[in-house]
Amino acid sequence: MFTITDLVQPENLAEAYQILTDKRNNTILGGCAFLKMGKKQINKGIDLTKLNLNYIREQDGFIVIGAMTSLRELETHPLLKENYNGILPKSVRDIIGVQFRNGVTVGASIYSKYGFSDLITAMLCLDTEVELFKGGRMSLADFLARPLEKDLLVRLWIQKTVRQATYLSFRSSASDYAVLNVAVSKLDNHWTIVVGARPSKADIAFGASEMLEQEELTLERIEEAAQRASEELSFGTNTRGTAVYRKALCKTLVKRGIMEVAACKSN
Amino acid sequence: MQIKLTINDKAVKWDVANDELLADTLRSHGLLSVKKACDTSCCGLCTIWIDGKSMLSCSILSVRVHGKKITTIEGLPQEAEEFARILSAEGAEQCGFCSPGFIMSVLAMKNELVNPTEEEIIHYLTGNLCRCTGYMGQLRAIKTYLGVA
Ligand SMILES: Cc1cc2nc3c(=O)[nH]c(=O)nc-3n(C[C@H](O)[C@H](O)[C@H](O)COP(=O)(O)OP(=O)(O)OC[C@H]3O[C@@H](n4cnc5c(N)ncnc54)[C@H](O)[C@@H]3O)c2cc1C
Ligand code: FES
Ligand code: FES
Repeated sequence: MFTITDLVQPENLAEAYQILTDKRNNTILGGCAFLKMGKKQINKGIDLTKLNLNYIREQDGFIVIGAMTSLRELETHPLLKENYNGILPKSVRDIIGVQFRNGVTVGASIYSKYGFSDLITAMLCLDTEVELFKGGRMSLADFLARPLEKDLLVRLWIQKTVRQATYLSFRSSASDYAVLNVAVSKLDNHWTIVVGARPSKADIAFGASEMLEQEELTLERIEEAAQRASEELSFGTNTRGTAVYRKALCKTLVKRGIMEVAACKSN
Repeated sequence: MQIKLTINDKAVKWDVANDELLADTLRSHGLLSVKKACDTSCCGLCTIWIDGKSMLSCSILSVRVHGKKITTIEGLPQEAEEFARILSAEGAEQCGFCSPGFIMSVLAMKNELVNPTEEEIIHYLTGNLCRCTGYMGQLRAIKTYLGVA
């Protein structure tokens, strides 16, 4: 169980960042579900409650999601149900249960770059940017590629487009971590295929995505792209599945994902 | 740190440690319906409501409920009894350890979903585990309670 010596509620982001970087074991508190499972001895627990980071709204052609928004708010918000074929609500709906999703936060879910993450996979196939207090705004792909640094994730910006998208995951039992997850999206003729829980963190299958842009979309083409995705990405083994199993799953889920998106009506 | 909150419609002031979890605070104040059965936030036995929303009291710091309205099953005696009677009539309660958290989730679902389908009911309650019943009796009880097919 983790311990917290002091609890602070900063009045603004600069103060929160200052406290975070003052000492190595000063730590931001999201919903605490993950922190709770560890043994971290936290000096100052930084509670962001006073910073009003709990919102989902439209701004300047983007859907903006505050770091302290809960996964359940993301799952039930009309704006996210209506856009991108509801991929974001769909991606989180199998994470434990409603009362869990009411507590855990979007900011922590992205910042922590968990390999098993459902949300990162779904967000990576949209035009998502991460806004860090110190590091500024960058694409989610760039954020995932950076080494983990102490910073404060403030909000996420998702470009509001008519991108069609779908999300699929394979779980051994309901509410368990995904053995593999896949997100596929298409904007005009530009496709993005993302595979996560490999079990390492989500990545874009660039070669397979490009294949879909070149020619007419036939079943054969889809199968070739799914095969390519399973070959260009790496897979590992953990208690949930072997690398070989994940590779086979990847092919099947990517094929289904492409077919679902191809059948989507724009919204 | 001292927190002020409303617990089952009663205003209270409690002293809590910075890293104290709400389930422990509630139990230490005699609210023993709140159970703890896992360390991984996945069994749902500790489910309570915070400002009307179902939450896991085992995963929430007590300091965070300052100014909030907490409801445990002790605060909903009529609704809980009505549903619990149906639950036992359906043979869906054996050791009963999961029942308080489960009933809190069912009552939250009743407030949130209108005429839920079987799939929606099952999905809403995925976060409540029961080691004894096999869930079918619970499902029958919920359908009877909500008056849905
Ligand atoms: C048992 C269990 C099962 C899970 N299953 C799944 C699953 O199947 N799929 C899935 O996608 N996810 C799953 N998760 C992860 C979950 O959805 C959350 O992503 C996770 O709990 C972190 O959210 P939190 O709000 O609890 O963060 P916390 O535990 O509070 O924080 C986690 C980390 O993020 C840091 N942090 C928090 N907020 C910020 C911020 N704004 N800026 C910078 N750093 C921050 C904290 O300092 C900490 O290091 C699971 C978690 C648990 C505990
Ligand atoms: S005790 Fe298991 S979820 Fe809270
Ligand atoms: S009745 Fe025993 S755990 Fe549910």
